[in-house]
Amino acid sequence: MVSAPAKAERKSAHPKLQGLWKQRYLQLMVIPGIIWMFIFNYIPMVGIVIGFKNFKITKSIWEAPWVGFEHFAAFFQDESFGNIMVNTLGIALLKLLICFPLPILFAILLNELRSVKFKRVVQTISYLPHFLSWVVLGGIMITWLSDVGMINEILVGAGILKEPITFLAEPKYFWGLAVISDLWKEMGWSAIIYLAAISGIDQSMYEAATVDGANKIQKIWNITLPAIRGTIAIMFILAVSGIMNSNFDQIFILKNVLNAPRSEVIDTYVYQMGMRVGRYSYATAIGLFKSVVSMILLVIANFTTSKLQGSSLF
Amino acid sequence: MAAATKNWRKQRTTGEIIFDVLIVILMCAICFITIYPIWYVIVNSFNDGADAMRGGIFWWPRVFSLENYKTVFKDSSILTAFGVTVLRTLVGTVLNVFFTAMVAYGLSKTRLIGRNFYLTMGIITMMFNGGLIPTFLLYKNLNLLDNFLVFVIPAMFSFYNAIIFMSFFREIPASLEESAEIDGANDFLIFLRIILPLSKPVLATIALFSGVYHWNDYFSGVIYINKPSLQPIQTYLYRMVAEAGSNQMAAQTADVVKSTTSMSLKLATMVVTTLPIVCVYPFLQKYFVKGMMIGAVKG
Repeated sequence: MVSAPAKAERKSAHPKLQGLWKQRYLQLMVIPGIIWMFIFNYIPMVGIVIGFKNFKITKSIWEAPWVGFEHFAAFFQDESFGNIMVNTLGIALLKLLICFPLPILFAILLNELRSVKFKRVVQTISYLPHFLSWVVLGGIMITWLSDVGMINEILVGAGILKEPITFLAEPKYFWGLAVISDLWKEMGWSAIIYLAAISGIDQSMYEAATVDGANKIQKIWNITLPAIRGTIAIMFILAVSGIMNSNFDQIFILKNVLNAPRSEVIDTYVYQMGMRVGRYSYATAIGLFKSVVSMILLVIANFTTSKLQGSSLF
Repeated sequence: MAAATKNWRKQRTTGEIIFDVLIVILMCAICFITIYPIWYVIVNSFNDGADAMRGGIFWWPRVFSLENYKTVFKDSSILTAFGVTVLRTLVGTVLNVFFTAMVAYGLSKTRLIGRNFYLTMGIITMMFNGGLIPTFLLYKNLNLLDNFLVFVIPAMFSFYNAIIFMSFFREIPASLEESAEIDGANDFLIFLRIILPLSKPVLATIALFSGVYHWNDYFSGVIYINKPSLQPIQTYLYRMVAEAGSNQMAAQTADVVKSTTSMSLKLATMVVTTLPIVCVYPFLQKYFVKGMMIGAVKG
């Protein structure tokens, strides 16, 4: 394929270049991915500069005048700032408190089932909601929770409520609904990792504990939980670093004008300001603020878990 | 064997039996709660629209009707939206799986010059991103708005999936590749002819993740697409749901008959939208369980 003189010439070339030439096919497989990342990940990162400028859609980014931290200051002074932060953190912490431990409990209890067949059926069913889109789930919720919906039918019928409530129109129910629907959708799916970790535990430990007269709860507490500690720690780090990332797909569909006081989170606000109002620079600054806080949370969570427990992400 | 079983049964104390029974009851309850909302949608979608408006259909259609489904399959805008979704799922998944696998194969080789640089570049993308507005402006400049490619190109690669691929490729015995190398095959041919056929489990996992993303994504349709003919079905459904929601908020619906049909039509569309994916996932279960594990451990 390559002519003899060309080969000789290449031998005299720089050894590094020669090495590169030798693995040219390998490089050609990787480089498209690097170019893709450059365009679709890194150019938007550079685009963050508009958060420090006054960008107008009619002109280019470079023509826009610099304004420093003006947009950040404006966000902190915005009358909705407090509300947005409370909602973002409130929903996230509630989810961390409820949607984080329950899949662990579910996995442990599922593992206690005696019938392998039944266990498998429950597992398969528990993954089902993960494959539903938030649009479909949101549609079901809007239908059920409306004033003529099924929930009101039951509650009013049973005499628990005197008047039907349009649940999604009342801000005070929003956090609860967000947590419950998230739990419903993802509990089974999140349990996969813990189930896998549990299945890796040495069975002889349980047998030894049985001989020593340990009961089920003791076995779960003293064998299962310590064995999956590392997995829990890593999932915890990931969960904490995601605190600022509200589940946008979920909130976006459940949010409406009436429940906005308790449903507006950073992500929906960025969408509202950027795409609806057209304040591109302002929205970008808010997005950057969110990313920076997320990064700090990730580092803190990683540091704390590695100190307490010896497992860390990096 | 029988004696051993008997012996083991004897060892179960009353407390343990109660524990076992409680878990079974709990698991049955969880299954019920999981399935019922979906069952409710199915049952109501097979009921006459105007009749369903009276409520009270919990277990079985009261006035059985296929009218909702007939309407769905006659509605040209729904069919177009379905076409967009099917097309983007097929094209997007194939592109994503093949491209990510190819890049990941290269990255999995320690002899790759510049590997550390490439990997660092990838890891940064997992921790930090430009956010909604800079991404939107980029797509605008690339002429991706109102363009079918906006669904598939930006979703073509994911470093997270590349990591899953890489940890799978590393476990393939090097001897298989070496024999092909001796035969004069280059790295790309080795990847195509030897690695890909051996990687079916991980390909199935990533294809499922990618397929689910494409099938269920509604937001890119909301934000990047204005043309009705390019709307995916989830975006179409989102508009239906969001509009119905705001109608509800506006209190009393003026035209009852109209809103009933739109409600049952919505439910039928939901069923048709959800069915394909629900039919596929149980068969891929053993693959994605493995894929999730690798993703969690290495991610």
